[in-house]
Amino acid sequence: MITLSPLRWGKPYESLDFTNVVHFDTGEPIAKIGNVGGGIVGRDMRLAHKAREALLQLTPADLIDKCKIAAKLFETGTLSVGDSQQTVDDFVHQQSASTGLPEHMCRSNMQKNSFVLSNMDQILDCLTRGLDLSILSRGYGEEGRGVTVSFQSQTPVLGAVLPNNSPGVHTLWLPAIPLQVGLALKPGSQEPWTPYRMVSAFIEAGVPAEAFGLYPGGHDAGGAIMTKTPRSMIFGSAQTVAQHAGNPKVQAHGPGFSKILIADDVVDQWESFLDVMVESVLSNSGRSCINCSGIWASRHTKEIAQAIAERIGPVDVTPPSDPEAKLAAFTVPAMATGTHAMVQQDLAESGVEDMTAAFGEKLIERDHCAYLRPMVVHADSPDRQVASKEYMFPFVSVVQCPEKDMLNRIGPTLVGTVLTRNESLIEAAGACVEIDRLNIGPIATNRLNWLQPHEGNIIDFLFRSRAYQIAEIS
Amino acid sequence: MSNAETSVSPEVAQRAADAKDRLNEHTLKTVHWHFSDETGSPFWLQKKSELNFDPLKDVKGFDDLKKFPHFEDEWLRGGPVNRWVPKGHAGKPTYVFETGGTTGIPKSRVVLEDHWKDYELFSDTLPDEYFPRNSNWLMLGPSGPRRLRLAVEHLAQHRGGICFCIDLDPRWVVKLIKKGWMEHLEEYKKHCIDQAVTVLTAGHDIKCMFATPKLLESLGEALEEKGTSLPEVGITGIFSGGTEFTPQWTKFCVEELLGGSPEEGGVYMTPTYGNTLMGLACSKPVTAADGYKISYYAPQPRAVTEVVSFDDYDQVVGYGETGRVKLYTLTDEFFVPGFMERDEGEREAPFNTYPWDGVSGVRPFHELASATTVGVY
Repeated sequence: MITLSPLRWGKPYESLDFTNVVHFDTGEPIAKIGNVGGGIVGRDMRLAHKAREALLQLTPADLIDKCKIAAKLFETGTLSVGDSQQTVDDFVHQQSASTGLPEHMCRSNMQKNSFVLSNMDQILDCLTRGLDLSILSRGYGEEGRGVTVSFQSQTPVLGAVLPNNSPGVHTLWLPAIPLQVGLALKPGSQEPWTPYRMVSAFIEAGVPAEAFGLYPGGHDAGGAIMTKTPRSMIFGSAQTVAQHAGNPKVQAHGPGFSKILIADDVVDQWESFLDVMVESVLSNSGRSCINCSGIWASRHTKEIAQAIAERIGPVDVTPPSDPEAKLAAFTVPAMATGTHAMVQQDLAESGVEDMTAAFGEKLIERDHCAYLRPMVVHADSPDRQVASKEYMFPFVSVVQCPEKDMLNRIGPTLVGTVLTRNESLIEAAGACVEIDRLNIGPIATNRLNWLQPHEGNIIDFLFRSRAYQIAEIS
Repeated sequence: MSNAETSVSPEVAQRAADAKDRLNEHTLKTVHWHFSDETGSPFWLQKKSELNFDPLKDVKGFDDLKKFPHFEDEWLRGGPVNRWVPKGHAGKPTYVFETGGTTGIPKSRVVLEDHWKDYELFSDTLPDEYFPRNSNWLMLGPSGPRRLRLAVEHLAQHRGGICFCIDLDPRWVVKLIKKGWMEHLEEYKKHCIDQAVTVLTAGHDIKCMFATPKLLESLGEALEEKGTSLPEVGITGIFSGGTEFTPQWTKFCVEELLGGSPEEGGVYMTPTYGNTLMGLACSKPVTAADGYKISYYAPQPRAVTEVVSFDDYDQVVGYGETGRVKLYTLTDEFFVPGFMERDEGEREAPFNTYPWDGVSGVRPFHELASATTVGVY
């Protein structure tokens, strides 16, 4: 069994407090993680400047080169992870075993992380709008228009309280390293695998080990990361996001409530968008914030819901090693039963219909885990409670709503795919502040272009543009 | 896997047998006090009529306490509080200490001198080298209607010192956590720590202190941010408790906050386990060589801890095995014939200093763990 120890600015720490990571289906321990408390985190954060100082010894260009090496190592190499040597297959088995994600989805998330890392130069070029990265490194410089520009780093390290079961989100903190900002990460208790392997790949690629802190632990450790780092990100529920709303020190990532809006000018050809809708709902077992939880149209909504139901309703539980597996397990069975109960409550409202009712029982309970099979519901109005729901399995509500009301009624929408050629609607969607990532045309909500910012630009989060005037002393 | 002590030498076995004899004798005396019409409290005299046995005749030793129904701390909510005062102590100055009460009615326990006696016994376990006689103390823990503040103050006075205290309302802390007001929580913690730092740096010659683990951690951090440390401000002896105490936290505290073992860093820290019902259990000395293992031993015969089976609370588990912690309080002020504590741990064997059962690895009882809120304190 692999043992993962906390990492304190590159040095492994021998904890006396361990948590077992267990196989979702058998309950067998597969790893043990050494935990630390908030005191250790707080103590280390007082030395966070050393992480940045170590990174500043290398240029951003050097670090981008090392990111590319790390990408390859992460995706193909055998790496030292904890007290073991971990192959790619080990990683995939371990991640699937603890998160309940099918193995092919683990591989896909691995490729996504590797892709972002290996294309870091382009990503940073886009996120900085072509800024010479040495200006970020030095703090100021000449951009080419005869004007000094200055971007001041707001933190020596980026803190992150990482999620338990979403291996895809790690792309968000990867740019910190080439931006010469250290990392203080609290790995999720069921998904320590990506941060541990990624940090190992970075170090193996030549990034200074002093730049990395890995602090597994409870709320205490997470809370310390949030309060002791000047910039941090957290992944959690809508409640977590609300708790940090308006706090410039924290980037909170929660449910996405991503949606597809089908406008009146194209809704009669809805069948041509069926593949986009199915992929948006079903990919990654519906577990991501970028999965579509609502499809809105003014007409044909029942037919749309029925057609999606026929495509995803039959999807059933298969072993995680099945390359065609579509469903991830709920590793905490109570989450599945609780979610199922909430859906039943949604369905009890008049005007809401389960379009997947004919495809059998949705809640599949096992000894140590549970599954929820895909569901499509139809809501005859945005007033129905289910129209604003998002669940951690393939679940979508198809909502009947007049086009003129859509943008006013959709609420927060991480990814909004708007299907229309109507210029005035395109303009209105562009101005709608409820939508974060806007897709115009048939783009599945899960298909992100990594050259674009996600829930805020990390450059703006980590650096502050400010005045910097220079005069010679005579 | 447990690393509890499971073996007992013949000498310790003999001492344990002697201790059990004293416990049996003490139990008999205590039960007679609480169930005699002349000396018992109104509460227990009323309860006596509900029992299907006669405590005065049928309790002949400690094991007979299992005839009583388990003590329910819910009985302690609401009044009249006087029903808990034994008639034998009527008219004497009486304290009431509270526990819980963030919402609703708190649990109340009356005390006359138990808190003094418990802490005087505890005082005997403190090494004078690190808890020097006549030195002053800081009490950095919950104040208000809690036993701890007065008990620590008495401990300081008993050892010839004067105790400085801070204000800390744990009920407000729990409310802040439940409301999710984490910024307020941080500010309140800072407010408490600021008071402690002020006292410690004001030239009062404070060498000893009580602090809960979280407050000790925050105090150490605050001092280090000011460029000093607990040893540097003169602290040499700390007793800590009040919330869960883990070997990992102890390792962090000793190795990083206190600069190493007492011999290396000059500060001795001892964990304690207790509550308003029972009093204070001492810890076996905690060392790095022993993996910072923490084993608690109740002040028998005034109080007893057992580790009992999760399935049968009257069945003690084997040495090294895991079970729920069961407490007994057997003083002339308060009688608890078996209370199921909200903790679990491993049963520890007697040893020379404490020739009776102990408990190690104490942590929240797994069935109730998610409901436990530990905040600033």
